Amino acid sequence: MSWTTGVTYIYDGTFDGLLTCVFESYERKEELADISSAEEPQAVLFAPRTVATCQAKAERVYESIARNISPQAQDLIRCGFLTCAPQKELLIYRFLRIGFRVGGQVMQMLTEPSIHQLNKAVRHLKTESHAFMGFVRFSIHDDVLVAVIEPKNQVLPLIAGHFCQRFAGDTFLIYDKNHGEALMYRHDARPEDRLMMLNADEISIPEADEKEEGYRRLWKRFYDTVAIQERINHRARLSHMPKRYWAHLTEMQEE
Amino acid sequence: MDVYDKLTILSDSAKYDVSCSSSGVERGNTPGGTGNTAGCGICHSFTADGRCISLLKVLMSNSCIFDCKYCVNRRSNDTRRAMFTPEELADLTMNFYRRNYIEGLFLSSGIMRNPDYTTEQLIKVLELLRHTHRFNGYIHVKAIPGAAPELISRLGLLADRMSVNIELPTQDSLRLLAPDKSKESILKPMSAIRRGIQENSLDLMKYRHAPRFVPGGQSTQMIVGATPDSDLKIITLTESLYKKFQLKRVYFSAYTPVMEDSLLPALNSKPPLLREHRLYQADWLLRFYGFEAKELLDEGAPNFNPFMDPKCNWAMNHIDQFPVEVNTAPYDKLVRVPGIGIRSAKRIVTARRAGRIDFHGLKKLGVVLKRAQYFITCSGRRLEGLKVNESTILRSLISKREYSMYLPSPQVEQLSLFSDEELAAGAGKEVLLP
Repeated sequence: MSWTTGVTYIYDGTFDGLLTCVFESYERKEELADISSAEEPQAVLFAPRTVATCQAKAERVYESIARNISPQAQDLIRCGFLTCAPQKELLIYRFLRIGFRVGGQVMQMLTEPSIHQLNKAVRHLKTESHAFMGFVRFSIHDDVLVAVIEPKNQVLPLIAGHFCQRFAGDTFLIYDKNHGEALMYRHDARPEDRLMMLNADEISIPEADEKEEGYRRLWKRFYDTVAIQERINHRARLSHMPKRYWAHLTEMQEE
Repeated sequence: MDVYDKLTILSDSAKYDVSCSSSGVERGNTPGGTGNTAGCGICHSFTADGRCISLLKVLMSNSCIFDCKYCVNRRSNDTRRAMFTPEELADLTMNFYRRNYIEGLFLSSGIMRNPDYTTEQLIKVLELLRHTHRFNGYIHVKAIPGAAPELISRLGLLADRMSVNIELPTQDSLRLLAPDKSKESILKPMSAIRRGIQENSLDLMKYRHAPRFVPGGQSTQMIVGATPDSDLKIITLTESLYKKFQLKRVYFSAYTPVMEDSLLPALNSKPPLLREHRLYQADWLLRFYGFEAKELLDEGAPNFNPFMDPKCNWAMNHIDQFPVEVNTAPYDKLVRVPGIGIRSAKRIVTARRAGRIDFHGLKKLGVVLKRAQYFITCSGRRLEGLKVNESTILRSLISKREYSMYLPSPQVEQLSLFSDEELAAGAGKEVLLP
């Protein structure tokens, strides 16, 4: 029996939901032309099928990726799912279609268009995550460290480990305003409750106290002083630290 | 004087030290401690001059008994002097670190009283941070020329990276501009650190938990443009520092005139930023691309071409080694192609295991075809319609403006239906065959 082409699936927007779509696609022999989490489907040849997330099916797909492709491929699609690529679901699906056909070699097929796009999106995610390890700015309120970020990709899962280790003895919160998610770490909680991901549309941050203001002033002073006037190069600064980061950088705030 | 003023004075006088990297050490946190280090290093901000801020870069004190002519902190300069107490510095570092402003501390100092005393002060700060505050972040500390070896090894056990600045590439320049320093006083601490690292690596083989001595290695810095030393001298010295002293990094600092002196460039002269840039490009070629200094420059041409980067320049002078076939050439040949860097060369090596690569594929792998096209073939073929001659290659390697400066020939160009690239293709001489 040959595969039906041009089918659209709709899923609930979760990673398990996407893997369930992959399962159903093989089960029903339907080649997907689109996978979307949007409510209103676009005009397509066949009516879109809404796929109900099933954890058992998702797990079967996820495990078979490690077995039939490679553990690195698991990593890649997990990261792919966190990116801001417009059709990340489809890129992941196409990667898996090729992967289940050729096996581990799919990781080397860097010039294949959809694999190239997936890799590029993941690179963007990783570059941005690395940048945020530096660009997160905490304010300290009653010994709790609080930061707000506005990343394009969902970087929190990738930077969580770094900050949890670095500030293992602290309590901190990093709020991703763009995705409405927050990472919370409490050093005094039980080990299994220490790290939590919360959904939050908004958080309120208390006013900075005098001590906090003092250190912000010192930092800004340092920032302004270390630049060498004879070497001013605004373009170089912009290319390393684009303006979209400035809103939450202490040193870039007007007094 | 409060901490705010001290920070202003002591960061202002530290800013000419270039190194700010926090790389080379991968270390986790300890129970009850604060901080860790990342092997790749992390930049936390970028200043208006486009340089990265990774560490809190300050001097402990800017009073100095030395009188080096190029230095703002020299004894005879009339400037405001300040000194941090170890407690102030530790407090500042911890509070900046917890707000994620910085990756750690870069601590240097003017020479107070004598080199040993100064080193002892630095040790005090580092001990306070490491032992009292249990700080596990990155610390870069300067080894003071002339300090006792025991003190340097104590300092090295507390720091991640150490550096001794060479400042001037020849002994003559040193004698002229830094009369209190000598080649020996600089090389002595440098070799002490190298010895420490070597002995430590033996200890670590025997005892896994032996304390680590300067795990991030050592670096140094040279001033460019304060003396008439050639690029060849600088880059040859750089190479031998990497080979003989196993340095991790050599930094270059375009000389910014800070004071009037008959021996120095005039106060209104601009720092030679382009020259500094070329030296860094060459430094990268030495460290990552497998080039040797003698391949890049020789007595006949002792300075870098300002219009073209050293790699392109090398390729133009060794055109007989091209084109290379991307599907079969070994990695170290690939990285020598203009337009192919370390990353794209690695991707080529990976991707060609899965199938042959064509010109479309190369673009996806991150190769800059505009430059690379003249130096490569894909499955034995050149890019279709490519005109290969000296003039077209030059135009692809350097910008239009620089191209007109580069060629001494008369620059008369008439309005024409054809682009100047096409015209040039007919006019230039053929150099690349087959």
